[in-house]
Amino acid sequence: MATLWVGSRKGLFRYDETATGWQVSGPPAFLAAPVTVLLDDPRDGALYVALYHGHFGHKLHRSLDRGDSWTELTPPAFAKSDAPDAPAVEMLWCLAPGGRDEPGVIYAGTLPGALFRSADQGASWQICQALWDRPERARWFGAGYDHDGIHSILVDPRDSRHIVLGVSVGGVWITRDGGLTWDLGGRGFEADYVPEGQETDLVMQDPHLMVMSPTHPDRIWCQHHCGIYVSDDGGWSFRESKGVKPSSFGFGVAVHPTDPDRAWFAPAQKDQFRVPVAGKLVVTETRDAGRSFVIHDQGLPPGPAWDLIYRHAFVIDSTGSRLAMGSTTGSLWVSGDGGGSWQHLTAHLPPIAALAFGP
Amino acid sequence: MATVRFTSHLVRHRPLPAAKAVGDTVAQVMAAVFAGDDLLRGYVLDDQGRLRKHVNIYLDGALIADRLRLSDPVQPWSEIYVLQALSGG
Repeated sequence: MATLWVGSRKGLFRYDETATGWQVSGPPAFLAAPVTVLLDDPRDGALYVALYHGHFGHKLHRSLDRGDSWTELTPPAFAKSDAPDAPAVEMLWCLAPGGRDEPGVIYAGTLPGALFRSADQGASWQICQALWDRPERARWFGAGYDHDGIHSILVDPRDSRHIVLGVSVGGVWITRDGGLTWDLGGRGFEADYVPEGQETDLVMQDPHLMVMSPTHPDRIWCQHHCGIYVSDDGGWSFRESKGVKPSSFGFGVAVHPTDPDRAWFAPAQKDQFRVPVAGKLVVTETRDAGRSFVIHDQGLPPGPAWDLIYRHAFVIDSTGSRLAMGSTTGSLWVSGDGGGSWQHLTAHLPPIAALAFGP
Repeated sequence: MATVRFTSHLVRHRPLPAAKAVGDTVAQVMAAVFAGDDLLRGYVLDDQGRLRKHVNIYLDGALIADRLRLSDPVQPWSEIYVLQALSGG
């Protein structure tokens, strides 16, 4: 049995897997507040929900009793400055647990693009100054939002000081020393939205989402703005999976918890359309490290369907059998057989931004 | 003491503080109001103490002029009203 947390434009919903199937559980939390990202920390069971109140800004809430009660925390913020253009956090875009050897450590990625670290389950936050001070950051730019942002934070299970970030738009950033120094990864990416001659500029890359194989952390999958990429060296370089049908454009990617060669994607028609190709929602899966792909549509609508799956709304559980995806038009699907077939739980949720499986 | 009122929309998120506070500027009055609830401060002001883009503050019936530093002068009989803007929802 499992729990599926659904972060939507109008609050947090909970689905529980029961003997008779998935059931919505209880009333929504934070009704009417847009959820931007979720974290169900597998180390200690703490739940974190980031909100973006349209009027009142970004907020962070934590539950230590599996969602029965919530405590509002002081969210990450930039230091006070007299500079006329001093930054302010607009939105939390990513929450990630630290390593197994770092109880209570969590990371947050924000818009504009900064990395914050908490050592006390989100009660207080420190900015990663070394990344913020990198001169290349001046060349980062927004994609879909006014600001650039950090959406992927991957902590190497072998070494908690080794962290890989995905920045839209700003490329792949890697630290080996817990954030004291940073280098650019992402060799092999090619951007088609920049002037000629700058296609391989590492800073100009837009990795929509990156995931790290838990058992083979050098294997990183990336759904890039311009294609599906895979890395075998921890994000320093990538190779593209070419010719993926029906499309290699999308936002989400999920990797199998123990088989690094298996990954799933939710394709859409590039780029100015951002709807399922020909109005037919499918999931694609590779089982051979991106050399070939199969298309899954069992249980998905025969079409036309115009559901778009956002980057944090396509997830896999720790067993590798359950996947879930939620759409911008409020549909929620789950799979219990590794993506081979899907069950439509509802078409009536608010737009879904983020999902998280929990025990 | 200036009188401070908040939009009822904020009540859902934070308990609202005392309605009167002392200060020569909107910033000073609001700082007194926010004392003891830093989270409430974050609903109205951003990291830099600027008025959030989609929040308005009316001082004696008029929008404040200085959204960056909230330096508009306040009289002891002034009324300050914190409202969500119609934008941003």
